[in-house]
Amino acid sequence: MQVPASFDYQRAESVDEALELLRRYGEEARVVAGGHSLLPMMKLRLAAPEVLVDINDLHELDHIALVGDELRVGALTRHRTLLESELVGRYFPIVHDAEKVIADPPVRNRGTIGGSLCQADPSEDLSAVCGALHACAVIRGAGDERIVSMADFHQGPYETAVGVGEMLTEVRLPVLPGAGSAYEKVERKAGDWAVAAAGVALTLREGRISDAGVGLAAVGAGALNLHAVQTLLNGSEPSEALYEEAGRVASDSCSPVTDGRGSAEYKQHLAGELTRRALRRAVARAGRPIGSTAREA
Amino acid sequence: MRITVNVNGDDHTREVEPRHLLVRFLRDDLELTGTHWGCDTSNCGTCVVLMDGDPVKSCTVLAVMAAGHEIRTVEDLADGDQLDPVQQGFIEQHGLQCGFCTPGMMLTGRALLDRNPDPSEQEIREAISGQLCRCTGYLNIVKSIQWAARNRAEADGVTETAGSQS
Ligand SMILES: Cc1cc2nc3c(=O)[nH]c(=O)nc-3n(C[C@H](O)[C@H](O)[C@H](O)COP(=O)(O)OP(=O)(O)OC[C@H]3O[C@@H](n4cnc5c(N)ncnc54)[C@H](O)[C@@H]3O)c2cc1C
Ligand code: FES
Ligand code: FES
Repeated sequence: MQVPASFDYQRAESVDEALELLRRYGEEARVVAGGHSLLPMMKLRLAAPEVLVDINDLHELDHIALVGDELRVGALTRHRTLLESELVGRYFPIVHDAEKVIADPPVRNRGTIGGSLCQADPSEDLSAVCGALHACAVIRGAGDERIVSMADFHQGPYETAVGVGEMLTEVRLPVLPGAGSAYEKVERKAGDWAVAAAGVALTLREGRISDAGVGLAAVGAGALNLHAVQTLLNGSEPSEALYEEAGRVASDSCSPVTDGRGSAEYKQHLAGELTRRALRRAVARAGRPIGSTAREA
Repeated sequence: MRITVNVNGDDHTREVEPRHLLVRFLRDDLELTGTHWGCDTSNCGTCVVLMDGDPVKSCTVLAVMAAGHEIRTVEDLADGDQLDPVQQGFIEQHGLQCGFCTPGMMLTGRALLDRNPDPSEQEIREAISGQLCRCTGYLNIVKSIQWAARNRAEADGVTETAGSQS
């Protein structure tokens, strides 16, 4: 049986206590949320923290609330809670699209949005989703709180802006009038990571696209926020020709590798095609009365 | 570390290392070997148990993380000699062959029916989608859970009639 190497375990009872533990143990400590990325990595010796700080009792980090023009989602919010949240589905259909195809129900019962973003695996679906939504991450350290954009949060594969002695406490998603969003993923089998996936979020203002966000998953680093495609989309009128071009630019902007899930060429092709499909659906959903996406197939 | 985990309604206190996995705690320490252990990589779902009522993969939960929570294993499904309708369904509809995936499948079925007494076929398929069966091709597993949903009333009350329907 695979068992992680020895470590010490501390269960935090408050965010302040978690932060104090993280400061005390410094580099040796890691937060454990759902544990569904960290524990498999520890079994394989890809990670060997000396101390785990369990944040599962920090119920204050498990919340979804509309505050002003933002949806605030606590870092400990589980995949399943996101999938079952009517509020999330109403404003961000892209999140429900993604959650339906992230892992499988028992994994979704444990995995959290914070763990997904902090894992910073380029295949992580919620990273691409939050990239497309231009979400912000709230990071807490000793006393202070920083708010960083997703573009700055993900600094590379498995690297985030969360420093030693800090933790992610909240993700903030901007609620925009007339917004539409969608996520498209191709996977080999139920519950698997993406072969490739694309998320698109945008608003329609007087028939033109604005606030465009496009993020890809599983096609290499740096695809969580595709500036080239966003620039192309912003200010343009939706049309098949535009979708075609956006797909082409998305395809050119990523750098997948050949692996068991498919060849680099195939993934590049998928990235383009999935961007087109997500874009079409996001436009179709934009400007509709809030909540009407639920009836869509 | 000294931990107390509530398993099948009883508190169990043991001394464990933090790296001890819940599946190991159940099988080795509590000798509840109905919880099976297969792939070890969080993929196959044979190790599924219920944690506070929801299915989790016990090879990817630390025993120390389960402390203070309620764990339910397949050993708790039957009430004395009276089988849970889900267990009876697996008999009636031939929901198992080798039986390896069966404890986890039955627990997922139970958890689903507790929340949604009348699930659609699609909802059942979705619920078990994280669990692999090498033998039955899922059709009979789905039918078994459907049988349990249909026969809930009878099975809850009079056991004798439960076996005669299919
Ligand atoms: C079989 C299987 C299939 C999967 N399929 C998919 C899939 O298709 N798509 C997908 O996107 N994901 C998939 N996952 C990953 C799953 O979604 C994970 O649960 C998720 O990526 C990590 O969340 P977690 O809460 O379990 O994080 P953990 O494993 O607890 O933590 C992951 C990392 O984040 C850090 N961390 C966690 N929370 C915080 C915080 N608040 N502040 C700072 N650091 C933190 C930890 O220290 C660790 O480094 C799969 C996992 C499994 C086991
Ligand atoms: S043994 Fe736990 S998922 Fe396979
Ligand atoms: S009955 Fe053999 S694995 Fe399912």
